[in-house]
Amino acid sequence: MNWIEVFLIPFIKSLVLILALLTGFAYMTYYERKVLARFHVRYGPNRAGPFGLLQPVADAIKAIFKEEIIPAHVDKWVYLAAPVLALIPALIAFAVIPIGPDLNLFGRQVSLYIADVNIGFLYVLAVASVGTYGVILAGWSSNNNYSLLGALRTAAQMVSYELPLGIILVAVVLTTSLATGEGSLSLVGLVQQERPWWVWLWLWVAFPIFFICMLAETNRSPFDLPETENELVAGFQTEYGGIKFALFFMAEYIHMITASAIMATVFFGGWQGPFVDRWPALGILYFVVKVILVLFLFLWVRASVPRVRYDQLMHFCWKFLFPVSLVYLAITAVLVALL
Amino acid sequence: MPSDYLPILILIVLATVFAIIAMALPAVLGPSRKTKAKLEPYESGMVPYTDARRRFPVQYYVIAVLFILFDIEVIFLYPWAVMLRQLRLFGLIEMAVFLGILLVGYVFVWKKGALEW
Repeated sequence: MNWIEVFLIPFIKSLVLILALLTGFAYMTYYERKVLARFHVRYGPNRAGPFGLLQPVADAIKAIFKEEIIPAHVDKWVYLAAPVLALIPALIAFAVIPIGPDLNLFGRQVSLYIADVNIGFLYVLAVASVGTYGVILAGWSSNNNYSLLGALRTAAQMVSYELPLGIILVAVVLTTSLATGEGSLSLVGLVQQERPWWVWLWLWVAFPIFFICMLAETNRSPFDLPETENELVAGFQTEYGGIKFALFFMAEYIHMITASAIMATVFFGGWQGPFVDRWPALGILYFVVKVILVLFLFLWVRASVPRVRYDQLMHFCWKFLFPVSLVYLAITAVLVALL
Repeated sequence: MPSDYLPILILIVLATVFAIIAMALPAVLGPSRKTKAKLEPYESGMVPYTDARRRFPVQYYVIAVLFILFDIEVIFLYPWAVMLRQLRLFGLIEMAVFLGILLVGYVFVWKKGALEW
């Protein structure tokens, strides 16, 4: 009966993960609107259901019943494939992130991650870059000047900020080798590892850089240059409406959730917390709380910081973040090699 | 182990199925009242006079090339990061030489003005 282990359990876990991410996305939009409203001293959505909690459901129903418009001038198949290509990487990037410790469910030891591959960090980076394709293809196939400019900007921005991001992750991998003598690219192993307090301190030095890169990678304010509404209408998604727009929206928000999950895992210990040994289910709670706290940072920044200009964005990455992250990596390497 | 990746494959298939179903739903459920004006490109209400098949600034191309160069550098750092604790000083010097060569390129690119916008 090996097929249960090989096929059925991953299938159920994948299904649960996708449903959880979609629910997470729906309530992320609610969370964002509520938090931003409080920043603006407003109430935010409060009509649909208690505290406006059914607002995301209403939005979803609205998107599904919209008219399907495919403009006459677009490259039809690429135009239709782009939202799908944007959404898939967003959904699958979560596969290597551990959500909690192993649980005993229905008399079976179940691990709370989809796959513990030994290239975890590389997988996350690779999947994140594939997400760029959806955006570029959307912008190009729309055959609209705003879309094209938005797509070009996104492409340049996302690839640029991937460099400091990747370099910081190399430094994280270096710190994992302190305990065992050999580094590990697995996120599951990273969470389980004991790390001394000075390693944590040193990692937190890199957190602001990493967070800024993640803001740019997920096209969030103040780096939302791809869709600046006052100069580019909606950037690469100008010609998309209804559910196709909703898929891009979904991809962006799920990317944000995944980015927060990665930061919670790498910098704040993932599901680790007090009493996890005794009640493993607590781990899931700790993980979710940490992710929500990091997500709050995204919203806080959006509410507080004005958008940067495009040249400032590129200068900041290539002339500041890139050298700084290299210096950080060099110091970490010297410490790891000689200590 | 290649079998480690099977769950990821299952996840990709499920995600694809979900995305395609979501795309197909409004075609069945939504109304269809197409007019000529609705199908035109959006130009803030103006009559569009060019399409978007045009030349764009070379800067984007330069950034893409630089990205490939430096991203490969970052990818080379990963296996090195895994083994550095065992290679010790030898690994450190090796990578210093490798990064040093790339840094010369970085300074050259900066001085040439390829990072200006």
